[in-house]
Amino acid sequence: MSNIFPKWTNRLPLLVLVGGLLLGGGVVTGVTYYFTPKYANVGYQPLQPVSFSHKIHAGELGMDCRYCHNGVEKSWFSNVPAASTCMNCHGVVLKDDPRLAPVRESHEKHTPLPWVQIHKTPDYVYFNHSVHVNRGISCVHCHGKITEMDEVRHEKSLSMAFCLDCHRNTHEKIRPLEQVYNLDWKGEGFAPEREGRALAGKLGVEGSQSCSVCHR
Amino acid sequence: MRLIFAGMAVLVLLVVGLLGFRGSSSRKPPLEIFPDMDRQPKLRPMEPNRFFPNGISSQPTPEGAVPRSRPVVDREGRKVFPYQNDHPVNSGRVAGTTNYLTLSPLPVSREVVARGRERYAISCVPCHGELGDGQGMVTRMAVGMAAANLHDPAIVRMADGQLYRTLAFGSKEGQGVMKGYASNIDVADRWAIVAYLRALQSSRLASLEELKSLEKAQPGTVPAALLQPKSN
Ligand code: HEC
Ligand code: HEC
Ligand code: HEC
Ligand code: HEC
Ligand code: HEC
Repeated sequence: MSNIFPKWTNRLPLLVLVGGLLLGGGVVTGVTYYFTPKYANVGYQPLQPVSFSHKIHAGELGMDCRYCHNGVEKSWFSNVPAASTCMNCHGVVLKDDPRLAPVRESHEKHTPLPWVQIHKTPDYVYFNHSVHVNRGISCVHCHGKITEMDEVRHEKSLSMAFCLDCHRNTHEKIRPLEQVYNLDWKGEGFAPEREGRALAGKLGVEGSQSCSVCHR
Repeated sequence: MRLIFAGMAVLVLLVVGLLGFRGSSSRKPPLEIFPDMDRQPKLRPMEPNRFFPNGISSQPTPEGAVPRSRPVVDREGRKVFPYQNDHPVNSGRVAGTTNYLTLSPLPVSREVVARGRERYAISCVPCHGELGDGQGMVTRMAVGMAAANLHDPAIVRMADGQLYRTLAFGSKEGQGVMKGYASNIDVADRWAIVAYLRALQSSRLASLEELKSLEKAQPGTVPAALLQPKSN
């Protein structure tokens, strides 16, 4: 009878315990590390139909975001420009460049350019651009330094924690309305504790946190 | 025991090798881990849509539709809606003729000029430059691009209505190099840009008396003398 279980089975409880702890710990670490928008969203950089560069247009040429994203201060949605907007310049500049062939074709045939959408909140979230940019929240907080990107990259997680971190401390991120589209603004002479709070008060910013604000 | 540690190490390497680190660039669309209601059967703007033959979900307004957006109020306090295509406020022309309006039909105030300045910086500066001298970044950087110097006497002499039509429908009534910006700039903002442009032009044409009135004016304001277009 005493030989039914071999000797090593004496260590089995310990092995199970250690193995279980390690595995459990590993799964928890893995889930917290991977099952979050910080992993799932950040870094998304799809191949676009045209090699459009924000670094050249918004950075070097210094164009205002609203030249192309002209809906951003009026609507929840920040539109991507139609080909006709590109043709304002590219009717003359790089007129016959092969890289711009899809733009010319789209302009002539009135077909949409198949830009790939990068930032996309889940459908159960209500987001609104105009409320943010008209209350002194700059693009840079949610999209990163677009003016230095050749290809747009999903820079911030846009997770719920990310939204709430700011809604709880809006005075730290708020800036004068003239600087919202200037992604390089350093905030000289604008202390969050004084000017930030004053501006937030003036613009009537509440920093809403109730669920129904974003899940309506 | 060693086996367990080795097994764990292999597992961790496998997972990290397959899934990578946070924040690394990827061409693949984001994972939706619990996709419960992430994507609902509704249309978002600009999304492709097979229901319509042209494949667009944000359909353009059909021919003949009458948009009843907010009206613009002219100098006499009358409301003008965007569908009134031939109204001087929308067309920049004297009603029933092809003559340009000499003066902007909308009231001009300090706020309007400031608004015009902001809109000028968005839409015009890339080519015409901050000073209006035709030396914007695009003109300087791109080969073969030339933008008009807005202080050119021919442009200073244009009627307000012609400036309006140029920026809305393109230079030389749409035949010139510059395309129209009607779809990007709404009616009130077009007239605001015209008002700012007049102030910009006057800044190079100011007479001695006007400069003196400038000195007296508060910093940051545009003196009334500079808001009136010059009679040529
Ligand atoms: C205000 C004028 C302007 C507008 C509007 C504009 N561009 Fe450009 N674009 C330029 C200039 C200037 C260059 C640089 C030309 C050069 O390098 O000689 C350029 C360069 C480019 C290039 C070549 C980039 C490279 O790597 O050299 C591409 C592609 C391009 N633009 C695409 C677009 C698209 C797509 C749009 C519309 C969303 C657009 N552009 C709108 C002015 C403009
Ligand atoms: C010349 C036109 C132009 C200008 C100026 C411009 N953009 Fe864009 N933007 C585009 C086009 C075209 C796309 C779509 C292609 C792409 O993603 O690169 C785009 C895409 C984006 C996206 C990604 C959208 C998505 O799919 O999630 C962001 C964010 C963005 N722009 C921010 C900005 C900001 C911030 C500025 C001002 C600093 C700016 N853009 C200026 C034309 C422009
Ligand atoms: C408070 C955060 C925030 C700010 C500030 C912000 N964005 Fe966004 N942006 C988002 C989110 C979230 C999305 C995804 C929205 C969706 O689900 O369509 C987005 C999407 C976009 C898109 C893709 C089209 C769309 O609306 O989905 C563009 C283009 C864009 N933003 C440009 C801009 C520009 C330009 C600015 C500055 C003027 C700006 N954004 C400021 C959070 C922000
Ligand atoms: C950098 C700061 C910042 C970030 C990040 C931010 N917000 Fe906001 N949000 C504001 C401010 C400031 C307001 C102004 C209004 C207020 O809170 O009273 C606002 C307002 C809103 C409103 C309207 C509130 C109302 O009372 O109607 C919604 C909805 C909203 N945000 C959603 C979001 C979502 C969703 C995200 C994440 C993708 C987000 N915000 C990220 C600063 C931010
Ligand atoms: C400032 C905006 C904002 C507020 C306020 C907010 N949420 Fe969210 N919530 C979000 C965003 C953005 C997401 C999507 C994050 C993502 O991309 O997965 C989200 C996701 C969720 C999810 C789904 C998580 C998942 O991964 O499936 C739940 C559940 C949720 N929120 C519950 C709540 C509750 C409960 C409250 C109130 C206490 C609340 N939210 C308040 C912005 C908000």
